[in-house]
Amino acid sequence: MKEVPTLAHAHTHTVKRYSGIMDWLTTVDHKKIGILYLITGGFFFLVGGLEALLIRIQLWKPLNEFVSAGTFNELLTMHGTTMIFLAAMPMIFALMNAVIPLQIGARDVAFPFLNALGFWTFLFGGVLLNVSWFAGGAPDAGWTSYAPLAGTTYNGDHGVDYYVIGLQIAGIGTLIGGINFLVTIINMRAPGMTFMRMPMFTWASFTTSALILFAFPALTVGLVALMFDRLFDANFFDPSGGGNAVLWEHIFWIFGHPEVYILILPAFGIISEVVSTFSRKRLFGYSSMVFATILIGFLGFMVWAHHMFTTGLGPVANALFSIATMLIAIPTGIKIFNWLFTMWGGSIKFTSANLFAIGFIPTFVMGGVTGVMLAAAPADFQYHDSYFVVAHFHYVIVGGLILGIFSGLHYWWPKMFGRVLNETLGKLTFWTFFIGFHMTFFIQHFLGLLGMPRRIWTYLDGLGFNEMNMISTVGAFLMGLGTIFFLLNVTVTAFKPKNAAADPWEDGRTLEWTIPSPPPEYNFIQTPLVRGYDAYWKEKMDGHTEMTPAEPIGPIHMPSGSILPFLMSLGLFIAGFGFMYAPDWGNLGSLNTGYIIGAIGLLITFGCMITRSVKPDHGFHIEVEELLHDKGGKA
Amino acid sequence: MKRWQYVKRLAPLMAMMVLVLAACGREDLSTLNPQGPVAEEQFGLMKLAIILMSIVIVVVFAISLFVIIRYRRRKGDKTIPKQVEGNHKLEIIWTVIPIIMLIILGVPTVQSVFNLAKDYSKDPEAVQVIVTSHQYWWEFEYPEYGIKTSQELIIPKGKTISIEAKSADVLHSFWVPSLAGKIDTNPNSNVNTMYFSAPKEGVYLGKCAELCGDSHGLMDFKVKSVDQSSFDRWVAAIQEPVALPSDPAIAAAFESKCLTCHAVGDLGGPAFPNLTGIGSRQSVGGILINTDDPQYSNEGSTYDNLYRWIKDPEKVKPGNQMTGAYNLTEQELKGIAEYLADLKLNYEQ
Repeated sequence: MKEVPTLAHAHTHTVKRYSGIMDWLTTVDHKKIGILYLITGGFFFLVGGLEALLIRIQLWKPLNEFVSAGTFNELLTMHGTTMIFLAAMPMIFALMNAVIPLQIGARDVAFPFLNALGFWTFLFGGVLLNVSWFAGGAPDAGWTSYAPLAGTTYNGDHGVDYYVIGLQIAGIGTLIGGINFLVTIINMRAPGMTFMRMPMFTWASFTTSALILFAFPALTVGLVALMFDRLFDANFFDPSGGGNAVLWEHIFWIFGHPEVYILILPAFGIISEVVSTFSRKRLFGYSSMVFATILIGFLGFMVWAHHMFTTGLGPVANALFSIATMLIAIPTGIKIFNWLFTMWGGSIKFTSANLFAIGFIPTFVMGGVTGVMLAAAPADFQYHDSYFVVAHFHYVIVGGLILGIFSGLHYWWPKMFGRVLNETLGKLTFWTFFIGFHMTFFIQHFLGLLGMPRRIWTYLDGLGFNEMNMISTVGAFLMGLGTIFFLLNVTVTAFKPKNAAADPWEDGRTLEWTIPSPPPEYNFIQTPLVRGYDAYWKEKMDGHTEMTPAEPIGPIHMPSGSILPFLMSLGLFIAGFGFMYAPDWGNLGSLNTGYIIGAIGLLITFGCMITRSVKPDHGFHIEVEELLHDKGGKA
Repeated sequence: MKRWQYVKRLAPLMAMMVLVLAACGREDLSTLNPQGPVAEEQFGLMKLAIILMSIVIVVVFAISLFVIIRYRRRKGDKTIPKQVEGNHKLEIIWTVIPIIMLIILGVPTVQSVFNLAKDYSKDPEAVQVIVTSHQYWWEFEYPEYGIKTSQELIIPKGKTISIEAKSADVLHSFWVPSLAGKIDTNPNSNVNTMYFSAPKEGVYLGKCAELCGDSHGLMDFKVKSVDQSSFDRWVAAIQEPVALPSDPAIAAAFESKCLTCHAVGDLGGPAFPNLTGIGSRQSVGGILINTDDPQYSNEGSTYDNLYRWIKDPEKVKPGNQMTGAYNLTEQELKGIAEYLADLKLNYEQ
């Protein structure tokens, strides 16, 4: 999708431009795809949150029977799976889509069509997974789906089928997205934007994308093998057929641990941007931040077995993985102190975005130190699979990632939607969510240490767990209240005029704040020339009000929208159903009904792929007159 | 700087917390109140980590508080702070200090990893136990004595217990928090070993710590530490033949409906929990606590608990395999519960 600079080539193709709902179904614009990711990720966040509240209601008193034991296992499985794959990942992709091209001075991502495909496969995978609630039972073997519990011997219904097939489809989307951002960041930076001038959020997203590239294939292999076990009676993980259950643990965590860093690194990036902007100060130790980010990503692949200290890997493996895990504390510590010293000597403004960012720092440190505690294998024999672990990973995922996402949303909301979120409601969101969070999870450290295992449906009376569980439940409702305040804020803001300035915080440092809020379809009329780190701030300090353009105004080539990504994903969705229910749906004539449906689904997908390959798509140009008109209108 | 007062006040509070932690939780359940050398070693490592990490927390909190108070923006302040790129000295400090802290934690960690991996399976002084987990109960086999029991692991106090852990179905995890950390029980060839000991007599609560199905949270067991002579008496008593119920109707029902799966003495089948001596156990099904002074809804007399369990096991432990496997008349049910409640092993004095 390289832009063609010569005017002579700028003949117009007749391109159908959609509007209304069709516009959203066919869009390949990274900004719109970002909004789609945000809406769907936000929706699944609410679903996962509701599941969490039901879990907490069940646990608020001993021997409660609010939900049955079977339903409870479905809830805890779907809560984890939904939050990780369908809420956290898409919300990260929402911010990456909305911000990365703007931060590097690009007009779109490298592969806009793939970008749309990534979104739709994620959405259909997520919908498929959640359909299970209405189709006879959700998966109930935990988000880790350990064999043999996840095998057909102990899980005869279709719950886990939804897990393996839904996650495979959603996983395609994540992998595509990761590759897309890698290529985008490598190839599409504006002139002068060297790697060591990239904003921290871009760096973090770049590292995350690389982690996705290496980690998700492991998950896919595992899921395919588990799918073969379940649908076609293979024996990868079924011990009675010669398979090995520990093999699944390895495959899952080889993906699963990098996944943790896939989630947290973008949050690190967001915090770096927000803290720096609202301290009016350059990020302290930028190059060590970059180094730390890459090192965390690298070490993230070396430590998966710390999830398996009790599996029985032997003392040599346990010792090595203990030490490797502890090492991660060093680059993480560097980051923490760099943030603190970014604020040191700065001029800190407490906007809602910055409150979330500042709240993040000590909270994440608390999650980090329990991580180091967990790294000591002999002590982990006590912590493992207890509520201590639940507290730990909620501190890093909610206290880290979700606070980071909230911070990023408040920060970039004006850039995405052209409206600044209400500050009073924003602060209310922060305080209720933040206090609720600590109330819910701090106490859980002690529950674990006092002997409460995780993933238990209920606990006996008289064990000393009652009061702490009740406090935890109250905290969970406060977090729910915080989320409601945020939704209220979004709603109220949506009715306000769309009048956000290009640089609404007035202290913007990076390229996204040089263009209107929201940016036009083509982002930059003229690609900017980057003269240093914090490109916009540098221009401001040199007395300029805008970036020096790196090119004359010329027609801009744009990719055309397409319904094909939607249809390709729909095909996979249909195929998933067919294969899943093949044993149940009998025969149509001499052929298995399920397999026929599966084949139809795959035909739709492959048909779309062929169409895409054969049909020429030249895109279209936005002409100079239109650009000048836009520019004049905004001036 | 009046606000520093708060920090000063917080520090002793934190120290207090650590002290309180050191003696908190139930003696038979808490990892913070260890009752055996293995749990003590693990607790020692936990304390070391907690102290080191508290230092980190205090430093970060102190700097955070200072920064956000000292450097907050005054209204209308348009000044631009000095743009600092970094500081090599500082950056080296906060790289090196964590490395030192990790060495302090890492060395004992590695020592302890190897220490806890010691193999006692050939040690003639140790008691060998094969632990087999099932959905949702525990089987304990003593290969040296040729005996099997379930749900309650009887051990001689002070002796090293060498565990060989495996699963008959899905993954479970064997955890007695106050005596030792957990070890997973895997199916087939991935057999694990561990050891622990309990110097004091008493009953310690054990839990399953790996999601294993509907009743994962209810898969409790007990470890009962007794003196050596009691243990010897128990070993002898559990191998003695057991008489069937005296009422022939109850005996017939018991034989045809219970002993097809369960065993008492030398009668019955080995596939499901061995019931020999069930009347003298701490609990029924691991969670219905036997007591003459019931306080909670999961407590009752041995007879009441047995009656409740046999009447509707699904209500007590959802998803267990006993549900629906038999039909008993009310009279048979009462008779069997009574018989089992009296099925005691007298080994304690």
